[in-house]
Amino acid sequence: MATSEAIAETSEDHAEHDHPAFLAHHFDTPQQQFDSGKLGMWLFLVTEILFFSGLFTAYIVYRYLHPEIFIYAHQYLDTTLGAFNTCVLIFSSLTMAWAVRCAQLNQRVGLIVCLTITLVCAGLFLVVKYFEYTHKFHEGLYWAGWFDPHSSHGHEDDDILTGEGHHDEHAEDSHASEGHEEGSSEESASGESETLEGGGNPPPPTPPEEDMVSAVAPPTGFRAPLTPLELQMQSIQGNEAEVGEIPVPAALSFGEEKEETDETDIPRNAGIFFSIYYCMTGLHAIHIVAGMIAIGWLLVRSCMGHFNEQYFGPVDYVGLYWHLVDLIWIYLFPLLYLIR
Amino acid sequence: MAVEVQPTPGASPAPDSPLFQSPENYLTHPSTSIGSWLFTLDHKRIGIMYLVSILLSFLIGGLLALAVRLELMWPGQTIMSAETYNHVFTLHGAIMTFLFIIPSVPASIGNFVLPIMLGAKDLAFPRMNLGSYYLWVLGAVFFVGSMLMNGLDTGWTFYTPYSTTTSSSVISALLGVFVLGFSSIFTGLNFIVTIHTMRPAGMTWFRMPLLLWALYATAIIQILATPVIGITGLLLIAERLLQIGIFDPALGGDPVMFQHFFWFYSHPAVYIMILPAMGIISELVSIHSHKPIFGYRFIAFSSVALALLGFLVWGHHMFTSGQSPVSAIVFSALTFSVSIPSAIKVFNWLATLWRGSISFTTPMCYALSFIFLFTVGGLTGLFLGTLATDVHLHDTYFVVAHFHYVMMGGTAVAFVGGIFHWWPKMTGRMYNEWLGRLSALIVLIGFNLTFFPQFLLGTHGMPRRYFDYEPEYAFLHFLSSVGAFTLGFGLLLAAIALILSLFNGKRAPANPWGAVSLEWQCASPPPYYNFKRAPVASFPYDFTRVEYDPPSQSYIVRAEEKGAATADH
Repeated sequence: MATSEAIAETSEDHAEHDHPAFLAHHFDTPQQQFDSGKLGMWLFLVTEILFFSGLFTAYIVYRYLHPEIFIYAHQYLDTTLGAFNTCVLIFSSLTMAWAVRCAQLNQRVGLIVCLTITLVCAGLFLVVKYFEYTHKFHEGLYWAGWFDPHSSHGHEDDDILTGEGHHDEHAEDSHASEGHEEGSSEESASGESETLEGGGNPPPPTPPEEDMVSAVAPPTGFRAPLTPLELQMQSIQGNEAEVGEIPVPAALSFGEEKEETDETDIPRNAGIFFSIYYCMTGLHAIHIVAGMIAIGWLLVRSCMGHFNEQYFGPVDYVGLYWHLVDLIWIYLFPLLYLIR
Repeated sequence: MAVEVQPTPGASPAPDSPLFQSPENYLTHPSTSIGSWLFTLDHKRIGIMYLVSILLSFLIGGLLALAVRLELMWPGQTIMSAETYNHVFTLHGAIMTFLFIIPSVPASIGNFVLPIMLGAKDLAFPRMNLGSYYLWVLGAVFFVGSMLMNGLDTGWTFYTPYSTTTSSSVISALLGVFVLGFSSIFTGLNFIVTIHTMRPAGMTWFRMPLLLWALYATAIIQILATPVIGITGLLLIAERLLQIGIFDPALGGDPVMFQHFFWFYSHPAVYIMILPAMGIISELVSIHSHKPIFGYRFIAFSSVALALLGFLVWGHHMFTSGQSPVSAIVFSALTFSVSIPSAIKVFNWLATLWRGSISFTTPMCYALSFIFLFTVGGLTGLFLGTLATDVHLHDTYFVVAHFHYVMMGGTAVAFVGGIFHWWPKMTGRMYNEWLGRLSALIVLIGFNLTFFPQFLLGTHGMPRRYFDYEPEYAFLHFLSSVGAFTLGFGLLLAAIALILSLFNGKRAPANPWGAVSLEWQCASPPPYYNFKRAPVASFPYDFTRVEYDPPSQSYIVRAEEKGAATADH
C-alpha cells in the first residue's frame, strides 16, 4: 500500500509527518483513526441493541401476559430450519472473524475467500428465511391483523380482520375444503418449499380426527414441546385416550368461547405472536441485508487491495456488526422457536 | 479511506495568529461556491448549514405558534376551524420538538464549536456529520410533506389508538421522526467518539469546557434513547399499514405500551434538549462574569447524572394512563431525584455570578433570563411529579406552561444566547449590543406574559389542546396571546441585530469576551483547519491568564507558566 502517496491536501502540517493515504486528514495517527472507528462502531452497535430492545420488550410483555399464545403458536415455526439457520449464521461469524484476521495479516486471498463465504452464508440464511415466510403465508399465518390460519374456521378472527382483500382467497379456500383436503392441496401447490424444508412438517394439515390431539396437547405445556412431526406420530399411534385425559386449564383458553362444533383451539389473539415474529425476524433480516451490502463493499475493496496490516479497520468494524447481527439471531432462535 | 477534502493547491500560507483575520477562514477558504458548501465535510460549515436550517424551522414553528395563540386570543372561532387548529398545534409541536429543539444546540453550535474547543481539525467522522445533516433535511421534507398532504392532527406525541385511526398523514410524519432520529444518533455518536479520541495535549476530562461535558452527556442520551423512538415509529407505521396489532387491543395489543415506548425516548429527549442549553449557560455565566465557574466537577457530573436519571422517569407522563400505583410512586420518587442535579447547576451558576465582574453583554442577558425561566420551569415540574397534584394538573395548561418554561424559556433562550456568544466567532462580526440587550429584555417580558398566565389557566382547569374555552378563561388567554406576539417581536429584534451585523458589524477580534477555552484562541472566523498545530489546553475557566490587548481590541491568553500548571480544579 502506497504510504508515500500524499493525499491531496495542502496543509504543510500534514507533509511534516508521514501521513499515509488511508489516514484521514484530521487524524494524527493511524492508531487514533482506528480507535475512533472502533469506538464509533461499538456505539453504533449499542444503538442497534436498543433498536431491537423495543421488540424484545414487546415480546417479554406479551409472553408474560399471554403465555398460552406463545406456547400454542410457536409450534408453527420450523425448528429444523431455525436451527439450520442458526448454524449457518454461527459459521458465517467464524468466517467473518477469520476474514478480519486475514486482513490483519495482509492475506488478500484468504480475506476474499472468507468474505465470500460469509456473504454466501448470509444469502443462504435469507433463502431459508424466505421459504419459512412463504410457507407461513400459504397457511394464512400472518401477523395479527391478517391472521387466518387455514385449519381454523376463523370464528374469532372474522370480526377483527381488516385486511380482507389480501387473504380472502385463502380463507375461502379453507372454508371450502374444510381443513385436511385444503391442507394437502396446499402442500402440493407449494412443493418447492416442501422439499427444501425437509423433515420439519408443519402441523396444521392434520386429519380432522386428530385435530384434537394437535390442538389440545401443546397448550397444556406439561410436556416437552412436541415438534409437528412428533405430534403427527403420536396421533397416528392413536393414543387419543391419553390426550383426552389432559385437562385444558381454564386460564389457558383465556376467555375464549369454545365452540363444540369447532375443533380448533386457537388461543385468542394468537396472531400477536406472529406480529412479533415477523417484526423481529423481519428487522433482523433487514440487518442481514445491510450486512451483505457492507460485506460486498469490503469484498470490492479487498479485491482492490485496500487492506493491509496497518489499515484493516473497515473489515474489523463490519465484522463487529456482523457478530452482533448473529448474536441477535442467537437470541431470537430460542425465544421464538424453542418455547416450552 | 481518506476523507476527501476539497483540494486547495496554491493557497497562500497565512499566519495562524489569533490577532488577525485569517484569509484562510472557513467561510471563504476552500471556495465560496454553493457546491463547496453543500458537499463540505468541514464541521464549521455543516454547523452553519444546520444553524440556518434549524432557525428556519424555528421560524415556521414560531409562526404556527402565533397562529395558535391568535386563534385562542378570543373564545370561539377566530381565524381557523377546530380541525385546522388540531393540525396547527400538532405541527407546531412536532416541528419545534423534532426539527428545532432536539438538534438545536448540539447540531449547530455544538458542531461548530466542539472540535475547535478540542483543538481538533474536525469531528471524528466528517462524512457521517454531513450525512446527519442531510438526514435532517430528509426528515424535514417528510414533515413538510405530511403538512402539505393531509396535515397531522395527533399531537406531536402520536398516541395510539388515535394515531392508528386518524386519516391524517401519520406515516410520513413518523418516517420523518425515524430519519431525524438517525440524524440525531449520528451527531451524538460523532461527539462521543471525538471527545474520547481527539482531545489535545493537556486536556484531561476535567479540563474540558463544561459545554463539552453537556454535549457528551447529551450524546449518551441520543445514542441510548433515540433508537427506541425509531423502532416505536416503525411499529406504529406497521400498525397502520398492516395491522400488526402490537398497539391495538382488538388484536391483543396494548395502546399504553405505545406510551411507554414513546416516553422511554421522549422523556430522555427532554434532556437532549435541555442539557446542551445548560452547557451553554455554564460557559456564558462564567465567561461573562470573568470568574471561574463555581463547582466545575459538580456541574460536569450533574450533566452525566441528568443523562442517566432521565432514563428512569418516563412513567411520570403516564400517571393517569393506568399504570400500577407502585410504579407510579417509584416514577414519582425518581422524578424528584432529577431535581437534585438540576438544582446543583442552578446553585453553581448563581455562585459563579456572586462577586463576579459581570458584563451585561447580550449573551449574559440571555443567560440570566435562562436562569430565571429555567428555575420557574423546574420548580413547577415538582407539582407535576407529585402524584396527587398531577391528577389535577394533568393535560392542562399548567403542563403546557411548565414545558414551555423549560424548553422555550430554557433551551431556546440559551440557544439564542449561545448564538450571540459565538456569533463573532462564526461570522467574524460584532453585533449591536444595545439591540441585542433590548431583544433579551423583550423576550423575557414577552415570554413571561405568554406562559405565566397559562399556569393560572391550568390550575383553573383549562385543558390543553382545546380549540375553544369558557368565557372565564378569556382574559388570561388574551394576555397569553399578547405575550406571544411580544415574544415573537423580541426574537425578531434578535434576528435583526444579528442580520444587521453581517452587513455593518465591526470586525470581531479573536477573543472579544475574554474567554480561555480554545475556540477563542484562533482567528474569528476560524481558519479552515482551526489550528495549524494542536494547541495545548489548560483549565478553561482560569481567567487570571487573560489580559486585554488594546491594539487588537482583543483579549489575549497568556501561555501557562510551566510548573505552575493548574491541576484539576
